[in-house]
Amino acid sequence: MAETITLGKALNHGLRRSLESDPKVVIMGEDVGKLGGVFRITDGLQKDFGEDRVIDTPLAESGIVGTAIGLAIRGYRPVCEIQFDGFVFPAYNQIVAQVAKMFYRSLGNVRLPIVIRIPFGGGIGAVEHHSESPEALFAHVPGLKVVTCANPADAYTMIRQAVASDDPIVFFEPKRRYWEKGEVDLDADLDQAFPLHAARVVKPGTDATILAYGPMVRTSLDAAIAAAEDGRNLEVIDLRSLSPLDMATVYASVRRTGRAIVVHEAPGNLGLGSELAARITEECFYSLEAPVLRVTGYDIPYPAARVEEEYLPDLDRVLDAVDRSFGW
Amino acid sequence: MANGESEVGADAPAGGFVQLLTPDGERVDSVTTADGMTYSVDFTDDEYKELYRDLVTVRRLDAEATALQRQGELGIWASLLGQEAAQVGSGRALRKQDMAFPTYREHGVLYTRGIDPIMPFGLFRGVDQGGWDPNEFKFNTYTIVIGSQTLHATGYAMGITMDGKIGNADGEAVIAYFGDGATSQGDVNEAFVWSGVFNAPIVFFCQNNQYAISEPLERQTRIPLYRRAAGYGFPGIRIDGNDVLASYAVTRAALDQARNGQGPSLIEAYTYRMGAHTSSDDPTRYRIASEVESWKAKDPIARMKSFLTKQQIADDTFFGEVDETAKTLALDLRERVLAMPDPQPVTMFDNVYPHGSPEVDAQRAEFERYHATFEGSAN
Repeated sequence: MAETITLGKALNHGLRRSLESDPKVVIMGEDVGKLGGVFRITDGLQKDFGEDRVIDTPLAESGIVGTAIGLAIRGYRPVCEIQFDGFVFPAYNQIVAQVAKMFYRSLGNVRLPIVIRIPFGGGIGAVEHHSESPEALFAHVPGLKVVTCANPADAYTMIRQAVASDDPIVFFEPKRRYWEKGEVDLDADLDQAFPLHAARVVKPGTDATILAYGPMVRTSLDAAIAAAEDGRNLEVIDLRSLSPLDMATVYASVRRTGRAIVVHEAPGNLGLGSELAARITEECFYSLEAPVLRVTGYDIPYPAARVEEEYLPDLDRVLDAVDRSFGW
Repeated sequence: MANGESEVGADAPAGGFVQLLTPDGERVDSVTTADGMTYSVDFTDDEYKELYRDLVTVRRLDAEATALQRQGELGIWASLLGQEAAQVGSGRALRKQDMAFPTYREHGVLYTRGIDPIMPFGLFRGVDQGGWDPNEFKFNTYTIVIGSQTLHATGYAMGITMDGKIGNADGEAVIAYFGDGATSQGDVNEAFVWSGVFNAPIVFFCQNNQYAISEPLERQTRIPLYRRAAGYGFPGIRIDGNDVLASYAVTRAALDQARNGQGPSLIEAYTYRMGAHTSSDDPTRYRIASEVESWKAKDPIARMKSFLTKQQIADDTFFGEVDETAKTLALDLRERVLAMPDPQPVTMFDNVYPHGSPEVDAQRAEFERYHATFEGSAN
């Protein structure tokens, strides 16, 4: 049954399906119970599944992830909610030193099927710590997988895939897109679903490849529409998986278009764009008509809300990069 | 006396501790604390003798490991010397269904779980990162980052409750080991909060060995550690950590309370790290010889031997046999450690992800291709 719902609601449906399909799935975090989370992503789940499965935790992020590890050793499949991107750092040690390494340390004996959900990115007019994009800090860590969704249909499917996966997964949610609507097939079978760690060409094109993920996919699609008016046919790829990266899809596209532009909100220095640029250069050198360009946040702390629109990559900055690529 | 405090023995710190066997080997029949708990043990002669055997064995194995490190066969070793009673007593107090979350020093607890003592040597020799199946042995992998495992233990204990495995004598309980230094970590304090809020079936077993590498207890706390428990809403009690009987009795009671649904508790085992923090440490830089000497007089094994002798439970024939058996185990351990094969380098790419990763696979293939270029070369 296809329904038109918001990205946030799609996540809610996906979590509900996960709770229904496996009694070992538990949701834990701050305010995830009666309140349904500050973004209402877990709305109604505690009412239907009980306080043992949708757990309002004490207010301490390291505790959320640390106890999730113990529950996972016990056989549970915890889905942890970190309330905002900038609040994950108290849990960073448990995520990096324990979640990421337990399978390796234990010679494959201990699986930690933990999902750590983090609303990320800016554009909502928030105060400090509520608009950050720390995905590269996790993608850099061996043992973690990192994904992000960009539309309701993917949100619904990817959260279910992430919960069903035995890999520890950091799941970034584009918070400013929570309210954007799209059609979602709520009966879709996971077995038939597009693979979790595959990138997707969301708009085919021939002249340049835009590589984006999370909140910047919408921005890039808008840029592609605008570019078409100038006669440029852009291809837009939603990376979806940030670790591992689906480079085969990226290489195939760049070899066809000869140009690549990476777009993300996170600071450019050592961001996903750096890795993508390096690898495209290594693998597609003779196909490139121009250097790989990056449109990113600046290398500054996330600025005050009144100026964040100048910080965030937008349609014009993407088009400007397209112009620069063609001007090479 | 505050909650959990007991009569002050001659060698006890201010506030007292539960002691059932004095440094001179005198049995204290029972100890009743201010909160009305009475602790005692009711061992047969054979059980006393087996506890003694455990103490001697884990010390002998530990000494062998220290020697192996000094001979360059281990990269590092974290000695348990001096803490045998705390570990053997609490370890033997665990029931079969209980789960232990160790630091990297709980070789004595590991031994009491019936685990082959060679198991952690992969970590210290550097042939692996300390890998085993925690659920098979009911003993989690060693955790090196200080305090992290207390949260894992708490989560595991919450899972016991969620599984309905508490509320009677067959219930399960968890013991989380950590040291005095760890009590300053946020994770340990969060574990206290969580376990209190969720009434988790867990015993926090703090071996206060007086030093966090070089820093004395006074750098970690302003009040006795066991009294911290009151702030989290559960019982805290201090024991003579060099008394295997007190360690057993108090841990057994705390675990049984936990499995019966009465929630968490904190045990502070007041002991002393007789050796270095690890083989890389030099304790002469931060503590004086007389302090070490004063703790030698409280040795956990000597007092047990004294007790067994005075009570005519055991004689020199028995003590000699125990020493010989421990030595045989130690030499066998030595041989097997020396025979541990180095891993094939390519196995470093194994077990990064349960479902694998194309990026890791590609790097493994590249690693193999690169190394293959050297085969058959002039070198």
